[in-house]
Amino acid sequence: MHQTPPASALGRIPRVNVEIRGLNMAYGEAWHRQQVITDLDLDVPAGQMTVVIGPSGCGKSTLVNIIAGFEKPDSGIVRVDGQPVTGPGHDRMVVFQETALMPWLTVRQNVSFGPQLRGEMDRATLRAEADRLIDKVGLREFKDKYPLQLSGGMQRRAELARAMINQPKLMIMDEPFRGLDAMSRELMQEFFLKLFEENRRTNLFVTSEIDEAIFLADRLVVLSTRPATVRSVIEIDLPRPRTYAMLASEKAFDYKREALDILHQEAMKSFKMGSGQSDFLEAYAKRAQ
Amino acid sequence: MSGDGTSSVAIQRGGGAPARPRAPTGIAYFQYVLNKKLRSPTPYLMALGIGGWILIYWLFSEVWNLPRFEKMPGPVAVISDWFSRKPFQGTSIFTETYYVHIWVSVRRIMIAFAIATAIGVPLGLIMGWSRRFKDYAFPILETLRPIPILAWVPLAILMFKGLETPVIFLATLASLFVTVLNTMLGVESIDEAYFRAAGCLGSKPRQVFWHVVIPGSLPFIFTGLQISMGVAWFSLVAAEMVSGDYGLGYLILSSYVNSVTVPMVIGMLTLGFVGWITSALVRMAGNQMMQWRTRALALEGR
Repeated sequence: MHQTPPASALGRIPRVNVEIRGLNMAYGEAWHRQQVITDLDLDVPAGQMTVVIGPSGCGKSTLVNIIAGFEKPDSGIVRVDGQPVTGPGHDRMVVFQETALMPWLTVRQNVSFGPQLRGEMDRATLRAEADRLIDKVGLREFKDKYPLQLSGGMQRRAELARAMINQPKLMIMDEPFRGLDAMSRELMQEFFLKLFEENRRTNLFVTSEIDEAIFLADRLVVLSTRPATVRSVIEIDLPRPRTYAMLASEKAFDYKREALDILHQEAMKSFKMGSGQSDFLEAYAKRAQ
Repeated sequence: MSGDGTSSVAIQRGGGAPARPRAPTGIAYFQYVLNKKLRSPTPYLMALGIGGWILIYWLFSEVWNLPRFEKMPGPVAVISDWFSRKPFQGTSIFTETYYVHIWVSVRRIMIAFAIATAIGVPLGLIMGWSRRFKDYAFPILETLRPIPILAWVPLAILMFKGLETPVIFLATLASLFVTVLNTMLGVESIDEAYFRAAGCLGSKPRQVFWHVVIPGSLPFIFTGLQISMGVAWFSLVAAEMVSGDYGLGYLILSSYVNSVTVPMVIGMLTLGFVGWITSALVRMAGNQMMQWRTRALALEGR
C-alpha cells in the first residue's frame, strides 16, 4: 500500500473515487446472528463531501471499520482509486469518535507519527510540514503540549493535522465532533468545512446530526435502520463556501425535511423491532477485537 | 506535582498573555514550591497527625501502662535509645551494625527488584501483546502466583546455597508475579482506538509494540512496580526472619529472641521509613517517564 510517492506527498491533493459494492456484514454466532449491513452500494465521488447519516445503531461504525480496513466484510468490496481494500492503510485516514491521539506524544510528535514511522520524509521536511499543519489548525502555541492538556476542540484539530500530513486519498470522519459542547462543535464544523473547501479532498463524513450533515454535504446518503443499506441519496445543491445562514434557506429546509422523513420512518421501524438489537450491536462492536 | 501550576494558568488564559511572569528555575523554583506548600494546610495537618499518634502511643505504653501495652517499649524509650551515643539495648544511629542491617536489606531489595523488573516487565508485555504466548504462560503463572511466599522457603533453601541467595530469590519471586500481572493488564487496558490509529498511520507490528504497547502500559506498569516493591519488602523480611545473618528482618527477630524490645521497634520503624523512600523513588521514576500523565494530572490540580 505505497501508492503515494513521498515527493508528490507534499503539494498535490490526490482526488480519487471510492466505490463500495454489495457489502454484507453480520455479527455473532450462528444461532443469534445479526445482519448489520445488507447489499450496501455506495459511491464517494472524487473531491466531494459525502455525508452518511442514519439512525443510531444502524451500522455506520461498522461501515467505517470496513472502509478503513479494520474489519473484513462477509461479502462485497471496497475500491479506492480502483484498488480493493485489504487492510488498514495510510491512503485512508480515519478521524475517530473519541480522540485517538497518542496521549504519550506531544502534539508535534502525534502529527509527525505516521510519516516518521513509514520513514517517508527526511527529518527537516517532516518537521517543517508538521509545523505548517499545526499552524494551519491553530495550535502553534500548543505543539509541545500533550493531548490531555488540550481542550476537546483542540484535540480534534490536532487529529485533523495528524491525518492531513499523510495526504490521504480519502478522509473518513466517524462522528468526529460527537462529545464536543455545542459551541466547539459549531466552530469545528466551520473550521473543517473551510479546510475541505480549500483542498477538496475526497471525504466520507459519518454523523447522526441532520444540521451538521446538510451544512457539510455535497451528497447526503441516508441509511436504513439495521441491517444498513442505502435508503436515499440527496444531492445538496447549496453554494460553497457555505455559511450557517444557508441552513435557514428554503432549499436547506426542504433537504432537511426530506432526510428527516426517511430517518423518522427508519427510526419507527427499528423501534417496532425492539431496541434490544442496537444494544446487541454496541456490545458486539466493543467485543470485536 | 504542584510545580506545574504555572503551565496550567498559561493554558486557561490562552497563549500570548503579555504580563506572564517568568518561570523560576533552580533554587528559586525550589523556594517557590516550598513556600506554596507551607501556605497550604497539608504540612501542619501532617505534623499534627504524627504528633497525635505519638501522644496516644506514649499515653498507652508509658503513662497509663494499659494491658497489652505494658511490654511495648514506649516512644520515649525508643527515641532516647535510637538517638543515643550509648544505647542501653545496643542499637542506635551511632552503632555501626544498625547501618549494616539497613544496607544488607536495601542491597537485597535492589537486587531482587531489579531482577524482577528486568524479567517481569518484558514477560508481561509479551503476554499482553501475544495471545498465543499468553495461552502458553498464563496457566502456570496463575497456579504459582497464589502460593504464599513463605511456602517457598524450604524449597528456596534446598535450591540455593548459602544465606544470601535464598533470601533474594524469595523477594524476587514475590515481586516478579506482581510485575508480570500488572504489566500484562496494562497492555490489555490500552484502548483499541490507539491500535487502530497506529494501523491506519501505517505502523508495522514491531512499531506498534514500541510506540503503543510500551508507552500505553506504563501507567499500569508503574502501579505494579510500586506494589511489587512493597511485596518485595514483605517477603524479604519474612525470609530474613527464617534464614539470615543480617538485615532488618533479622534484627527484629533476633532482638525478640534476645528479649531486647527497643531494637525490635527501631527495626520496624526503620523498615517503615526505608520502604516509604523506596516506593517514593519508584513513583518519582514513573512521573519522570510519564510526563504526559503527570502534567495532565497537574492541570486537574492533583
